[in-house]
Amino acid sequence: MSELSTLDRLEAESIHILREVAAAFERPVLLYSVGKDSSVLLHLLLKAFRPGKPPMPMLHVDTTWKFREMIAFRDRTAAETGMDLIVHINQDGVRDHVGPFTHGASLHTEIMKTQALKQALDKYRFDAAIGGARRDEEKSRAKERVFSFRDAQHRWEPRRQRPELWNVYNTRVRKGESVRVFPLSNWTELDVWRYIARENIPVVPLYFAAPRPVVERDGLIIMRDDERMALLPGEEVRSERVRFRTLGCYPLTGAVRSTATNLDEIIAEMRASHTTERQGRAIDHDPKSSMEAKKREGYF
Amino acid sequence: MASANTHDLLRLITCGSVDDGKSTLLGRLLHDAGLLRDDELAALGDPPDFSRLLDGLALEREQGITIDVAYRYFSTEKRDFIVADCPGHAQYTRNMATGASTASLALVLVDARKGVLTQTRRHSYICALLGIRRVVLAVNKMDVAGFDEAVFANIEREYRELAARLGIDSVTAITLSALEGDNLVQRSPRMPWYRGPTLLEYLEQVPAQADADAAPMRLPVQWVNRHGQDFRGYAGNLVSGRVAVGDAVVALPSARHTQVTRVFDGDKDVTSAVAGQAITLTLADEIDIARGDVIAATHDAPEVADQFAAHILWMDEAPLMPGRLYFLQLGPASAVARVTAIRHRVDVDTQETQPATRLEMNEVGYVHLSLDHAVAFEPYAKNRALGGFVLIDRQSLATSACGTLDFALRRAANIHWQAMSLDRAARAASLQQHPRCLWFTGLSGAGKSTIANQVEQRLHALGRHTYVLDGDNVRHGLNRDLGFTDEDRVENIRRVAEVARLMVDAGLIVLVSFISPFRDERRMARDLFGVGDFAEVYVDTPIELCEQRDPKGLYAKARAGELQNFTGVDSPYEAPLDPELHLHTEKESVDALARRIVEFIERV
Repeated sequence: MSELSTLDRLEAESIHILREVAAAFERPVLLYSVGKDSSVLLHLLLKAFRPGKPPMPMLHVDTTWKFREMIAFRDRTAAETGMDLIVHINQDGVRDHVGPFTHGASLHTEIMKTQALKQALDKYRFDAAIGGARRDEEKSRAKERVFSFRDAQHRWEPRRQRPELWNVYNTRVRKGESVRVFPLSNWTELDVWRYIARENIPVVPLYFAAPRPVVERDGLIIMRDDERMALLPGEEVRSERVRFRTLGCYPLTGAVRSTATNLDEIIAEMRASHTTERQGRAIDHDPKSSMEAKKREGYF
Repeated sequence: MASANTHDLLRLITCGSVDDGKSTLLGRLLHDAGLLRDDELAALGDPPDFSRLLDGLALEREQGITIDVAYRYFSTEKRDFIVADCPGHAQYTRNMATGASTASLALVLVDARKGVLTQTRRHSYICALLGIRRVVLAVNKMDVAGFDEAVFANIEREYRELAARLGIDSVTAITLSALEGDNLVQRSPRMPWYRGPTLLEYLEQVPAQADADAAPMRLPVQWVNRHGQDFRGYAGNLVSGRVAVGDAVVALPSARHTQVTRVFDGDKDVTSAVAGQAITLTLADEIDIARGDVIAATHDAPEVADQFAAHILWMDEAPLMPGRLYFLQLGPASAVARVTAIRHRVDVDTQETQPATRLEMNEVGYVHLSLDHAVAFEPYAKNRALGGFVLIDRQSLATSACGTLDFALRRAANIHWQAMSLDRAARAASLQQHPRCLWFTGLSGAGKSTIANQVEQRLHALGRHTYVLDGDNVRHGLNRDLGFTDEDRVENIRRVAEVARLMVDAGLIVLVSFISPFRDERRMARDLFGVGDFAEVYVDTPIELCEQRDPKGLYAKARAGELQNFTGVDSPYEAPLDPELHLHTEKESVDALARRIVEFIERV
């Protein structure tokens, strides 16, 4: 009897899911958000199809407010892996100068992220979009299937989810309908970091503590990544040793004070942590069902 | 770090009736084990209402019930856990099945004051159906039952009887109070008579995933990996056994033998792999293997069959109708399947069997299944991956049922492996149709192929097994060596008629679409078939109209003298004198004509 570890089993399960997507869909795509989960997902995707190349491109929905280091890392990763990278920006939002400071977190996210994603999926007629969401991130995610069906308007209907037994996935959709696929459904944040360490997977340096220019606002430590962030009266930019547990739009992503500069220290810090990773996301501090409501409207 | 990488994983499901306190139990267990995060705990209110930890959908919080399965992840020093918290209501049984399908252990909650209820039986039955053989019986709310040993003992006895009937081998009963934390993590001083483990102790030491390493090797092929000129690998998850370079393997259903030349674990070139890993194999011989085939140990290969006895749990609002066609998905293998008979329905609450002609949502039946082609399989009790399947509605594409294969029906085994002296009638019966040949005759451009194709689509939608033999297509292959002399025309017809006869013998409805201008040759064809197995369909279109359509530009060529012996131009067409069907294409639409032919076929 073999003793496969949890990571071995999670890896095998995820590779199986990725191969199912490639085999069953005509136009699959990897939703690449540049974060740690995307890094793991990309690593698994490359692994699943070696020595061949993964039969799908990756798509980054750029809100134009991502950390600069994320964009640099994204372009470096695409070049090094040879993956086809599609970058989509909602040009309507650019035209209207939509941003988190002028329009608020919710509207900015709705226009530059949710609508932008829908635009891209429609434009390229993708019938399966693979994302890095994990069930341990949030309560409504905990209820979602691995192959999550979306109607032609990209809506999730939680009460009508298809039963999903064993690892037998119903991959059939009609024209215009699609699925979101979550190969990391059963991974925890700790699993992700342990796997990054085991497989030596590159991640954006923002995950490691370093002195960074930060401002405290609304209880979050925000890194001032460019001049678009105007200082409010009484605010000052300080240099602090911080790192990020999740990455997104820089004005909406809270940093944590930390001294963890390598993977072992990050993992040790996380084991001792008493909060969940979404604590640092401004967008998740909406009313209770916000994630479910957003998903029903087509948020990833 | 090192210890973290060797942690093993236990997947379990929690089930029980509404208000038995499942969510509370899980929430309190996590809290007492120090595994709840501060922001999660704060969201539960003060004092914390642990039942709110898992109900993640707005509707669930409004109604105070669990609708869908929620997954919860935690680790202790000893191991990692994935808990599927399942809904209790009968109408969400399908969601419970979703949770049970990946679990190796069930935690069944019973309220000490209520004892074993209908829902307890239902859930235990579904767990057993999906192959869970190990149960923790958590007798909860002992605080309001006076911590009475007799109460616990009675419930334990009753449940053990139920489990024995259901084939659940291992039951461990634990007495506890989820609300107050007795025997979850801390041993309860209030029930000194209980000598068993606490819940967490038990969950940490029970054997986790039973891997089928010792079982024979099976790799369902998910993906054929082609790279460069030479690399062809077969990728999938090894569902049982071990595989090493040099092993003798057989590909099924083709039954071709070869050896393993390379093994990849993910992207690493290794020498062997074990059950549970995602691998890619290369083989010594170039044999045709596609997604859905199974590569297996030559010395102990699984059976191949197309007809089965199986249990199914119906999960769709539209009831199961025997005879209707569904897509069947068995691992990466798909097929078109029909339920040919419902042997009985099982009352999920009492486990009694009853006769049934249909299955409604959340009902379980024991059925016979017939597939459109043979697949490699194993009984579910032996191998979940090769015996667990879903049925998908062909219109709505909903997942309509899940099922577990029991055994192959002997009929199928005979057809495929023993080449018994089966006659036409037996094959026709297994396809549930009247095999016959429809012979479409008429001028070039009359509409024969268009109508024949339309008829075939309609027949296919009705679940009929069909084939179209088209004059032009046959001339590209079988009759490539024939020209357009009179002798060759006769031979052309003879060969096609013989092929059609073989196909009818095999049970198919064959649609022959051939100009076939001469009565004698058409009679020759007719004489090959039994009475009632051949029908002449005269596609009657005036030559002016054919010439006007001229879809292939042949009339123009013939008129220009570039084509010799062209029917209707410089070679005669002998119209049928007494066809079974006479179609006037200028008077009726293709749709109407096709419908008429299908009615004719289905009527006779």
